[in-house]
Amino acid sequence: MRVSMDIELKDVPGQMLLALQPLSEFKANLITVLHHHQKRTPRKTVPVQLVLETKPENIVAIKAKLEENGIRVVRVGEQRFRESINVVLIGHVVHTGIQDTIDEIDKTGFAEVVDLSLCMPGINLLSSALIRIDAVGKEDLQKALDILKEVSVKKDLLMVLPIDIHA
Amino acid sequence: MKTVRCSILGFGAIGQGVAEVLLMKKEYLKSIGLEVLVVAVVDSKGATINPEGVDLADCLARKRTGGTVAIEKLTGVEVIRSVDHELVIETTPTNIVTGGAGLQNMFAAFETGKDVVTSNKGPLTLKYGELMEAAKTAGSNFRFEATVGGSMPIINLANEVLAGNNLRSIKGILNGTCNYILTRMLEERASYKDILAESMELGIAETDPTYDVEGIDTACKLVILANAIFGLDATYKDVEVTGITKITPEALEMAYERGHVIKLIGEVSRERIHVAPRLVPINHPLAVRGTLNVASIDTELAGEITVTGKGAGPIETASAILSDLVAIYGNR
Repeated sequence: MRVSMDIELKDVPGQMLLALQPLSEFKANLITVLHHHQKRTPRKTVPVQLVLETKPENIVAIKAKLEENGIRVVRVGEQRFRESINVVLIGHVVHTGIQDTIDEIDKTGFAEVVDLSLCMPGINLLSSALIRIDAVGKEDLQKALDILKEVSVKKDLLMVLPIDIHA
Repeated sequence: MKTVRCSILGFGAIGQGVAEVLLMKKEYLKSIGLEVLVVAVVDSKGATINPEGVDLADCLARKRTGGTVAIEKLTGVEVIRSVDHELVIETTPTNIVTGGAGLQNMFAAFETGKDVVTSNKGPLTLKYGELMEAAKTAGSNFRFEATVGGSMPIINLANEVLAGNNLRSIKGILNGTCNYILTRMLEERASYKDILAESMELGIAETDPTYDVEGIDTACKLVILANAIFGLDATYKDVEVTGITKITPEALEMAYERGHVIKLIGEVSRERIHVAPRLVPINHPLAVRGTLNVASIDTELAGEITVTGKGAGPIETASAILSDLVAIYGNR
């Protein structure tokens, strides 16, 4: 699985090596390293964000090894937004508050509306929107769609879902 | 040579299609040892009866010129009770509220020990369990391939050809009118209203298109599949239904730009029965165009099996009725 990990390094030479050595030891595949050298924490440490691919059973051991090496592990989480789908909404999409519809998804923290196409052919005619929703995992995506379904019922919008999604 | 005496109840487009196909396939039926003798044809005004076999070509001609085959003022049920025959071909119009004449005809047929082959969805949607029970008690054959997907084999395919497989779900397009409207709206970038008018002009949509466009027809077919294939005891009330009347050409176009078409998809499994417009990838096996029907059966051993074919039309529907007839009486 793909995991994101926020760690903090002391600002002294050789720290990055101590951070990477446990990953190599457990044969984790490092996808990205973001080294925020300019953003010191109040503890004077440097925040670093890692994304790595590893077996789920190795995550606890990698974290322990990092801490053994004197590295603070602030957060471990599943990689964000691995799932993505298109949804069509038809109805008075704009007049019923498109921003509010988007906010309902965005405020979950596990899903976001990342793209929106909108067509309003005329006053009193039905508008059509195609939105793309990204979510952390499959379950989160389903939860986001459940929220969207509730909003659509309330706003009398027709929601058209992909065929492979449990509608 | 085995002689099968039958009645055709309902002589609208489908009933006439059956008559034409029986005339067309006379030699073929002989070659498999069957002589199908139609002893009665009944329409809404009355019946033509001849125990030696009615002249089907004459019935077709009289229906086309005079609007009816009626010589004697008898109903379907009366014919079933008074005329000696083995098989009732039930092609009266679908009524999903009361079951219509079809429901009475079917019960009467079973009460008198006759077999039934039908294209009529109404009775099966309303009283599937009772009809099966009546057929079983009478020891009658009861086949209804023509009720779902017209010529496209689905019920017999799932129950007979794929026997032994655990079936998980069936998904598909079961209404040609909706498929035609959605296909043409995308092609012409035209409104639902305009294409509906075009469909009515071409005879693809009926004058009252409600059953089709609101997804009711698809829902009824799903109920039949749920009962006949998944062994449920479902009725129309168990189906979640959304139709296509709100679909806009703009939505179709935006979806198309992202590689999808919008289709009215019916979906049935042991857990749920559901009809709604769905986004289907352009290269997906269910993305068929025009008036075609299509169904994908998700099977345990064989994976996905997809069939497609003409979902309506008198001759196409009669093809499914003929195959049911041969399944009952052929090779016996």
